[in-house]
Amino acid sequence: MTLDLPLIWAGVLAVAVLMYVLLDGFDLGIGILFPFARSDEDRDAMMNSVAPVWDGNETWLVLGGGGLFVVFPVAYAILMPALYLPVMAMLGGLILRGVAFEFRLHGRRTGRRFWTWAFAGGSIVAAAAQGLVLGGFIQGVVVRGDQFAGGPLDWAKPYTLLVACGVVAGYALLGAGWLVLKTEGGLHAAARRWTVRLAPIVGLILVAVSLATLFVHPPLATRWGLGAAGVDPARLAMVSPIPLLGVAGLILAFVGGRSPKGHAFGPLVGGFLAFLSGYLGLAVSFLPFVVPYSVTYEDAASTPAALGLMLVGTLVLLPVILGYTAWVYWIFRGKVGADAGYH
Amino acid sequence: MHLDAIILARLQFAFTIAWHIIFPSFTIGLASYLAVLEGLWLATRRQAFHALYHFWIKIFALSFGMGVVSGVVMSYEFGTNWSVFAAKVSPAIGPLLGFEVLTAFFLEASFLGVMLFGEKKVGPRLHFVATCIVAGGTVVSAFWILSANSWMQDPTGFVMDARGRFIATDWLEVIFSPTLPLRFAHMLLAAYLTTALVVGAASAWRLLREPGQAESRIALRMAVGMALIVAPLQLMVGDSAGKQVGQVQPSKLAAIEAFWDTKSHQAFNIIAWPDRAAQGNRFAVSIPDVGSWITHGSAGAVVTGLKAYAPADQPPVAVVFWAFRVMVGLGLLMIAQGLWGAWLWWRKKLETTRPYLWFASAMGPAGFIAVVAGWTTAEVGRQPYVVFGHLRTADAVSPVGAGSISASLLAFVIIYAVVFCVGALYILRLIDRGPAPGAAAEPSSRSRSPGSALAAAPNLSKEPGHDA
Repeated sequence: MTLDLPLIWAGVLAVAVLMYVLLDGFDLGIGILFPFARSDEDRDAMMNSVAPVWDGNETWLVLGGGGLFVVFPVAYAILMPALYLPVMAMLGGLILRGVAFEFRLHGRRTGRRFWTWAFAGGSIVAAAAQGLVLGGFIQGVVVRGDQFAGGPLDWAKPYTLLVACGVVAGYALLGAGWLVLKTEGGLHAAARRWTVRLAPIVGLILVAVSLATLFVHPPLATRWGLGAAGVDPARLAMVSPIPLLGVAGLILAFVGGRSPKGHAFGPLVGGFLAFLSGYLGLAVSFLPFVVPYSVTYEDAASTPAALGLMLVGTLVLLPVILGYTAWVYWIFRGKVGADAGYH
Repeated sequence: MHLDAIILARLQFAFTIAWHIIFPSFTIGLASYLAVLEGLWLATRRQAFHALYHFWIKIFALSFGMGVVSGVVMSYEFGTNWSVFAAKVSPAIGPLLGFEVLTAFFLEASFLGVMLFGEKKVGPRLHFVATCIVAGGTVVSAFWILSANSWMQDPTGFVMDARGRFIATDWLEVIFSPTLPLRFAHMLLAAYLTTALVVGAASAWRLLREPGQAESRIALRMAVGMALIVAPLQLMVGDSAGKQVGQVQPSKLAAIEAFWDTKSHQAFNIIAWPDRAAQGNRFAVSIPDVGSWITHGSAGAVVTGLKAYAPADQPPVAVVFWAFRVMVGLGLLMIAQGLWGAWLWWRKKLETTRPYLWFASAMGPAGFIAVVAGWTTAEVGRQPYVVFGHLRTADAVSPVGAGSISASLLAFVIIYAVVFCVGALYILRLIDRGPAPGAAAEPSSRSRSPGSALAAAPNLSKEPGHDA
């Protein structure tokens, strides 16, 4: 029996991107929620809650981009030029919000205010740009040979804007869930309110995106058992747990936010489940494509030698990385109080 | 139109990577310096080392943050600007960059959190381990990047397939290509030297403002000792690397020295005005025979000149020639700084000789300039190829229009100008304030919430005009 290296890698990379979305999702969400905080002390506490871990979270994005380059170079070479402007906007946003963690502490009155808004603005731009990338990916890109052959604004459609709104709202929900877990007092209460408001909004956008996706690319409907030939009950039954998982997650977030005695993990876990559902939905819709509708994971894969070498390394290193990442989260567990022990 | 897109793509990449390399050059050295300071503190329990650690870690945090965000840009720009390059070289050097993420980036990013925020949570010993891991991570990261870049300078261990892809046949040859050892050593020494110059400049500046400041005296001596040893060593390593360039990239060496004709007894051009259009130097101040001797060890050695290549295959000679001279000139000043400092130290006048303190202060940015000049020499000297001898830069570019590239280039220029100017301002402000003297102030300032009103309070009382 031989290993299907491209398939294994499609799985590994999918997990890496999911890790990114879940982890950096909540810390980008903190930035998205920044304008809604009532006081500067609350904003300090929000930032402190992610300050020790944001850099590690963002490294999953480098693994996602770098991994695509290493494992599916053809897909990387098509998608990056196709989504050039959203990717650049994302990078610009990440720069502004990334430096804000340190700069905000060193600014005086004006500088501090500027970096507070740079953190919020950068986080929102980065999240929205990731939504545009995702939307542009789902609607497919024009490919000729092994190259992108479309225009610079192909991604700019109402559909991608809808997806961008979904990602921003979803990350905000993750951020609110994280704050419910990590904070106390007034900020904790505010985070619960945010969760309660965001869960239905995210649910609505998810439904809208799901329906719009069927219109953007009708053949997808057959994958969900809803093809032009009529409803395929067996198929529908097989895939229906995915949206149900999302609904359950959002209910968990909503209920967890509502009940002050509820478990502090509820909203964050609920948000994670909602994202997991969306993610699995994408997998059902797009396998085996890594560039939707034209390039499969097998077409895009690097050589067996490169995939094999990387796989051996990854099998050794990824568990170690997950181990010390978990350790760091454990070190910084518990509520963020006035004593964050900076430097 | 097509040409514009190539030039813009190169400009954007050069702009973003030149800014990026400044931060790793500093943080590689500074992470090691912090590990040394914390180790010395644990071993001796002298509070001065602890105070220095807490002073430099603030500057490290600022610099590392800027390095991280400008580095994320690089991992995507390979694809946005050089998609053909990415698709063709990935089967050879893709795994090298993949391993950089897995062995270095995660390590640095995760333990940085512990290093910056975890001292009270994990205790001093484990905290020291975290500092060492971050320092080690920066070195590992430099290894992989130099490995990939050295392969692009002198590719080995591959065959080309029908689609023009570089297929690795021997991973050890890909990873350890012939120029890697010297170039990796050259970069590491550059990083340590850059840090020593910044530490030296900050300490000298403090001593000018506050003669006898205890922590700054210690740090200045450490910086002088480092420059004394590393600067001459760097000259030797750099010289060997240059001779190797003559073997593997003769066109680059010819551009570095502005040699046009292939001949023995090449004259060494101290300064020159090389002109590609004229295929010669319009003006040069030269020393006979020394050119052959300095590049190949004997005056009689035949050294290839640029005319051996068609004009389309020659690198832009003036940029390479002058970038190299900026680097070497600054390197010689660094050697002088080390020797003068050591002499003053021996005469017990190091901290009181004001001209030396001014000189050391002025040399603060020299390492950064030398690093950027050195990389300019290496990368522009490789042109017109992106993978030397095999893939032309013009054939590696993405199918992206000039409009998108110029819009994003403009955005990068604005964002980088704001971010890096403000970052430099905050670092200079910290340097101007200097390390907190002694141990008394330290424990309390560490236990406060960052950015809380309380954290700023003592500074307000110490420093008039704080809210300017």
